Amino acid sequence: MNEIVSTRTNPMIDPAIHIWGWEIPVYLFLGGLVAGMMMISGYFLFRGRQKEMATSCLTLPLLSVVLLSLGMFALFLDLAHRWYFWRMYMTFQPASPMSWGSWILLLVYPALLANALIRPPAWLTARIPALVTLSERIGTRSATVKFIGIANMLLGAMLGVYTGVLLSAFGARPLWNSSILGLLFLTSGLSSAAAFVHLVARDEFEQKLLAKADNAFLTAEIVIIGMFLIGLLSSTAVHIEAAQLLLSGPFAPVFWVFVIGLGIVIPLIVQSLAVNHKVAHTPVAPILVVLGGLILRFVIVQAGQVSHWTRLFPSH
Amino acid sequence: MARYAMAIDTVRCVGCMDCVAACKTENGVPEGYDRDWITYESTGQFPTLHMEIRSERCNHCDDPPCVGCCPCGASHIHERGGVVLVHHDKCSGCKACIAACPYDARFIHPDGYADKCTFCIHRVEAGKDPACVAVCPTHCMHFGDLEDPHSEVSRILASRNSHALVPAAGTKPQIFYLR
Ligand code: SF4
Ligand code: SF4
Repeated sequence: MNEIVSTRTNPMIDPAIHIWGWEIPVYLFLGGLVAGMMMISGYFLFRGRQKEMATSCLTLPLLSVVLLSLGMFALFLDLAHRWYFWRMYMTFQPASPMSWGSWILLLVYPALLANALIRPPAWLTARIPALVTLSERIGTRSATVKFIGIANMLLGAMLGVYTGVLLSAFGARPLWNSSILGLLFLTSGLSSAAAFVHLVARDEFEQKLLAKADNAFLTAEIVIIGMFLIGLLSSTAVHIEAAQLLLSGPFAPVFWVFVIGLGIVIPLIVQSLAVNHKVAHTPVAPILVVLGGLILRFVIVQAGQVSHWTRLFPSH
Repeated sequence: MARYAMAIDTVRCVGCMDCVAACKTENGVPEGYDRDWITYESTGQFPTLHMEIRSERCNHCDDPPCVGCCPCGASHIHERGGVVLVHHDKCSGCKACIAACPYDARFIHPDGYADKCTFCIHRVEAGKDPACVAVCPTHCMHFGDLEDPHSEVSRILASRNSHALVPAAGTKPQIFYLR
């Protein structure tokens, strides 16, 4: 027997930490989604295919600015000492993933704006005519377009990986403490972004291409989740206990049904049938993918806060 | 350089919570919050049960993850004794340090910043013991400098068996429990 009773009753700390509610999962999801959007539109810019891929190169960059700003607003709402948020920009702390993240976010904005400037939408140029000349200057130089494409891919990858590293750097929370989490969140972001294009693209070629890409991302995501769990299950007792929170513990129903089943496996089957002309393309699969990505962040953030080092071992 | 630490005698401690009350009074800890607390841990099988009573707080770890993860430079190691502290007016309340602490020793003060035990550095710098140590009626707590082999805490740790809490978490905790 090993029974621990503590007189500590700190709010948000006891009995298990619950410092992060909906804001951080939403921020991590939007950050990952924007990362995926940057990589997809950056790739098509790099390949000089921005004319064919209208949704990826026209809609995604501006939409990313909006989504990223919403994500940062969620992050801001989470801060307990909100009006001191600028302190993050008074320093750079190389050992702190959060510090890296806040500076990466600052670099992401100019890359997204440059991307959007290559082909600004008509409603915007109607209001700001000066954008037309600016866009002509950038958009007609293929080297500049390529450079913007590369910058978007690189910064997108950094942003996506950062959303996972942010959590995986916490050695105190065994569930998060896997370096593959960065790759998982990046892949999930790519998959949600591809699903989004699949959902809204009007051009059939673009829609199909992104559905195919999404199938590849979803397959990779299953493999990465498998590696994540194997890594934890073959580690120490605290890590095994952490993995069991997802596999058979209190988070298992949500994890299996919404993240794995409805979020990955079912849409993967439906989209595979659709790209092979067995069934029609419907919005159902991509919507499930996007929701699955959001729920993945919720499950990992909440279960990670429950995972623990200190309650497992008798201390004497 | 000094390395401040505590040795706490679990054989003498009766769990009276005087240390908790002293900390609250000394540091104005808001109601409902604890910078230190009592843990009762029972192990074994009936009838050979064993109970350890511990006065716990931030372990002022030698390798504190709560400092490295802070994006604002608010969480820091004090120049004296390796004491881990928070600059309240630099803290954004991002809670990274809370997630980073395997002991859950930190909390968010109602005013928004991260807060925790300071080893009563204001008293220590004035030559006094931390409030919890000074007030303990069983004299079960010893505070001092581990770098000085003649300090009370060094001598008692050299002569008695002790354990730190979950050293496997890798933070090098500096509170030692005598048994
Ligand atoms: S006990 Fe926690 S808060 Fe204190 S120094 Fe160690 S890691 Fe930091
Ligand atoms: S809550 Fe404050 S002290 Fe803790 S990591 Fe964030 S900014 Fe630093």
